[in-house]
Amino acid sequence: MSRYFTEDHEWIDVDGDIGTVGISDYAQSQLGDIVFVDVPEEGKELTKGDEAAVVESVKAASDVYAPASGTVLEGNDDLADTPGLVNEDPEGDGWFYKITLSDPSELESLMDETAYAAFVAKL
Amino acid sequence: MSDQTDGPGSDGPEIETLTLPLDAWHRDRGARMVEFAGYHMPIQYDGIMAEHLWVRESAGLFDVSHMGQLLFTGEGADAALEAVLPGDVKGLGASRMRYSLLLAENGGILDDLMVTRLPAGNSFDADGLYMVVNGATKFDDIAYLLDHLPDDITINLLEDQALLALQGPKAVEVLSRIVPGVEALVFMTCAGFDWSGTPLWISRSGYTGEDGFEISVPSEAVVALAEALTAAPEVKPIGLGARDSLRLEAGLPLYGHDLDAETTPVMADLGFALSKRRREEGGFKGYDRIMAEREQGAIVKRVGLSVEGRQPVREGAAVVDVEGTEVGKVTSGGFAPSVGAPIAMAYVPTAMATPGTTIQIAQRGKVHQATVTAMPFIPHRYVRTGGK
Repeated sequence: MSRYFTEDHEWIDVDGDIGTVGISDYAQSQLGDIVFVDVPEEGKELTKGDEAAVVESVKAASDVYAPASGTVLEGNDDLADTPGLVNEDPEGDGWFYKITLSDPSELESLMDETAYAAFVAKL
Repeated sequence: MSDQTDGPGSDGPEIETLTLPLDAWHRDRGARMVEFAGYHMPIQYDGIMAEHLWVRESAGLFDVSHMGQLLFTGEGADAALEAVLPGDVKGLGASRMRYSLLLAENGGILDDLMVTRLPAGNSFDADGLYMVVNGATKFDDIAYLLDHLPDDITINLLEDQALLALQGPKAVEVLSRIVPGVEALVFMTCAGFDWSGTPLWISRSGYTGEDGFEISVPSEAVVALAEALTAAPEVKPIGLGARDSLRLEAGLPLYGHDLDAETTPVMADLGFALSKRRREEGGFKGYDRIMAEREQGAIVKRVGLSVEGRQPVREGAAVVDVEGTEVGKVTSGGFAPSVGAPIAMAYVPTAMATPGTTIQIAQRGKVHQATVTAMPFIPHRYVRTGGK
């Protein structure tokens, strides 16, 4: 399984043609206390770069973009009741949605963990 | 991922952002700094939620040195100010303060402020009035006041005074250990104190709905005072983020968001700022319009909203009727940590302003249900009698 990151701080874990998407630890630390997450519903078609989800902190709302195209398999229902999971475990239990990838070659333009760490270090 | 809500200061010409006397102190404590009202200000330290809840249960220290501290001196300064403020300034007793509004010719609100009559022998060495105005508006306020006050009234901007607020149920315990005697103050009264040779002007007032104090201190002593206050285990430094969520829960409007030159005191539901004598005698800007609105109701009114579900509605979201037509606007909104749900302030048609009325809010293609709710959302805990 490989993990990729976008410059907008989404991550995607890829296992075969299934991807799991969330926001990075850096992103959650910048947002602060997360109070609401709106995840996409099963069956929604997403094109890379689409607004896929909304995450709201006490202060502000932010869009989460699709790091890759495909069809949503499921959203993380746990985030409806416990949006704080995104703060506690952003790159684990705080995942946003799973997606069936339509074009895995899109992942080639994303960063791996090392490249993303270097990217964040410069922010 | 990207912010949908514009940060401050993104438009307009580049103006150098100024630093306040506690700038390095905030950074040393891990504050995340943002530009606000032309200054670098701490938005948060530990996180807005934790800081907010800490103030409600213990005590928080806020740096509000960006605000304008003004002195008005000269014979009849109180009467002169009554031309632009609808409050009873002449009737204000020594060491007492009052919330008031700076009004434009048409009755629109140019700023909201606190005005105090200084007692004899105060440390400002001024026989007159002390006023605290918003940081973002202070220079416009001064220009307007210079235009509208007689030449023999002098306005001084106290640029060498910092301003701290210590807020929360434990504020009195902490401050009275450091500055004995402050416990005798009650809400909206003030006095001068000596802190090891440093003169402090302290009022029992604030912007959180909690008991607490606001402390004007010479800039050169503010680091030492902030150190002394945060040395108490009850006190943590609090950023602007929690200041905003606390004041929203307390139902207190924020100038530039919930109040502006397009709103009048009646629209803003700040009728209490129109003193009885002034309502009867008149003589302030916008008097005819404001009194007509008071009699007949203004077309819109500021209300509190409890928002269904967990998703906050934010400033700028539209209040819509059943057909989806915009009839009002959200002016502040967010998740309320002590309420545990999203709340907002909005302007709605006066016919929809009764508590219990359900309304709809459209935000980014989604309709949210909300109920008009009496404010404050969290009861005020001001200490009004007997000290302590």
